[in-house]
Amino acid sequence: MAEVLVYVDHVDGAVRKPTLELLTLARRIGEPVAVHLGAGAEEAAKVLGEHGAVKVLTADAAEFADYLVVPKVDALQAAYEAVNPAAVLVPSSAEGKEIAARLALRIGGGLITDAVDLEAGDEGPVATQSVFAASYSTKSRVTKGTPVITVKPNSAAPEAAPAAGTVEQLSVTFGELATGTKVVSRTPRESTGRPELTEAAIVVSGGRGVNGAENFPLIEALADSLGGAVGASRAAVDAGWYPHTNQVGQTGKSVSPQLYIAAGISGAIQHRAGMQTSKTIVAINKDEEAPIFELVDYGVVGDLFEVVPQLTDEIKARKG
Amino acid sequence: MSLRIVVCVKYVPDATGDRHFAEDLTVDRDDVDGLLSELDEYAVEQALQIADEADDAEITVLTVGPEDAKDALRKALSMGAHKAVHVEDDDLHGTDVMGTSLVLAKAVEHVGYDLVVCGMASTDGGMGVLPALLAERLGVPQVSLLSQVAVEDGKVTGRRDGDAATEQLEAALPAVVSVTDQSGEARYPSFKGIMAAKKKPVESLDLSDLGIEADEVGLDGAWTKVDSAAERPARTAGTIVKDEGEGGKQLAEFLAGQKFV
Ligand SMILES: Cc1cc2nc3c(=O)[nH]c(=O)nc-3n(C[C@H](O)[C@H](O)[C@H](O)COP(=O)(O)OP(=O)(O)OC[C@H]3O[C@@H](n4cnc5c(N)ncnc54)[C@H](O)[C@@H]3O)c2cc1C
Ligand SMILES: Cc1cc2nc3c(=O)[nH]c(=O)nc-3n(C[C@H](O)[C@H](O)[C@H](O)COP(=O)(O)OP(=O)(O)OC[C@H]3O[C@@H](n4cnc5c(N)ncnc54)[C@H](O)[C@@H]3O)c2cc1C
Repeated sequence: MAEVLVYVDHVDGAVRKPTLELLTLARRIGEPVAVHLGAGAEEAAKVLGEHGAVKVLTADAAEFADYLVVPKVDALQAAYEAVNPAAVLVPSSAEGKEIAARLALRIGGGLITDAVDLEAGDEGPVATQSVFAASYSTKSRVTKGTPVITVKPNSAAPEAAPAAGTVEQLSVTFGELATGTKVVSRTPRESTGRPELTEAAIVVSGGRGVNGAENFPLIEALADSLGGAVGASRAAVDAGWYPHTNQVGQTGKSVSPQLYIAAGISGAIQHRAGMQTSKTIVAINKDEEAPIFELVDYGVVGDLFEVVPQLTDEIKARKG
Repeated sequence: MSLRIVVCVKYVPDATGDRHFAEDLTVDRDDVDGLLSELDEYAVEQALQIADEADDAEITVLTVGPEDAKDALRKALSMGAHKAVHVEDDDLHGTDVMGTSLVLAKAVEHVGYDLVVCGMASTDGGMGVLPALLAERLGVPQVSLLSQVAVEDGKVTGRRDGDAATEQLEAALPAVVSVTDQSGEARYPSFKGIMAAKKKPVESLDLSDLGIEADEVGLDGAWTKVDSAAERPARTAGTIVKDEGEGGKQLAEFLAGQKFV
């Protein structure tokens, strides 16, 4: 069976969920071979093997952390040359897309970004993309070279599929460009203890209607009662009420949870671009004309300062 | 020595309009008004600020697109860029990102550059990979997705707010940078700027000027193919209730029914 390279997104060997989703999708088109760069390959290999990776290619070098993007491209290219895969799958993070693009150019393969589904086809993998703020769904494929495809989080459910997950060292030679962009310093983001926004099954977002940073704990409390992540509209972010890393939308995170709750958000096209593929959409807004209500499965026309705390209390009560 | 800055700007269909695909599954550009991609306004703004700090700088705005794409160039010129280059050729219709990056790379080399500034993503294709591809093709550092950028002593420095961390980056010129919408509000063109833009030079180039063969670009030269594009069915009308004191409880009931609670 043809092999499919899967680029592993991880934190010191803790594999992030989107990678496990990729392994599920990869098995539809071949045998997954995972590429793990940096520390923690042994730890990662266990989880990767449980989800279907027949092999884990690994390399660790200071370059991966000290310079931007290119060292990882060099390594992925080495893996590509070692395996000669039928396709390369990469998680659709900002960095993932850049790595995928440069690899595609080097190996002369077409690139598809932000796929939300992937199937085997007669002429190679067929990717579904959700475009124009999710108003269209397209099916595309690569017609030249090995397909390189980036896939959005929450595009498939991770499935257990025990495989060997044997770890093999990958030998990487860094090119001249690898050390072009130096990472002078890095400040890791503090963990909030909440699920990762893009991976969360439930997201609760607040907008301009939340009316101040001091009121965001209302949104956080609702999110916590549901075990969800917190998002924000750009209006709330620009006002300084919540960090930019939590922005949902065209220039923020794109989320696709099982449940999306928008409180005090009007539903501008740029916001919709980041949440319209959510399975169930709920809105709380005092303006019954707000465009967000065109999208909802359930909407409450009302003051969020009344509705949200009541909802949170009710959820807590029901959960006992 | 003068700092040569090239800003890549894209002409896109207005996102607030009703965007469609044409029969050949390329973007229907006749259906909706086009404009300078809003995210490229941030690129023009940062280029203008970098130029202000430099002793002597020249900003060229560059677009690859149909006849109407001149509008995007005019807007950038009216913000304060010095000159413009427009690559237009019928054979470009349907070019994918690999072809676009080839044309932009050749055009950037044609103009001559120390720094290329791009937006973080276009508002139509929205791939967010073009700056990385451009850097790969030009063989220079990529310093991408910056929320803060500065150029000094032949170096570009900037801040990248990533998922896991905030990074401070540094690279020697020449380089390709891309800036996010967190980099700072873009200025509005002044009346003087708009009048001045009319007199600024716009150079038109076609594929042969750049030494590119027709089969390297366009629908036929693309490395990807769109097989189908379907409008998503409008979401079926949901339940909407007015809060009369029990709105939160009603919503909890709905969520429980959907097994979220
Ligand atoms: C290039 C570009 C990129 C952009 N990217 C993004 C992006 O990534 N994400 C994003 O979100 N936006 C983005 N925007 C901005 C977008 O166009 C909107 O301005 C923004 O989404 C509005 O945020 P909002 O809905 O919170 O605010 P508003 O549009 O002001 O809506 C606030 C809503 O809150 C309601 N409200 C007020 N008080 C209450 C209350 N007490 N109870 C209940 N409801 C209340 C109001 O009725 C109103 O509907 C972008 C814009 C551009 C041009
Ligand atoms: C909905 C949609 C989906 C698409 N999906 C794919 C795909 O999966 N694979 C593929 O190969 N192609 C795809 N394309 C085609 C691709 O978008 C175009 O080839 C486009 O010119 C380059 O990609 P982008 O605009 O998304 O670039 P981005 O990487 O999003 O753009 C980043 C920056 O590059 C600069 N830039 C981009 N295009 C131009 C230009 N023409 N002139 C000047 N500067 C420019 C701008 O500064 C812009 O801000 C898609 C197009 C659409 C409309």
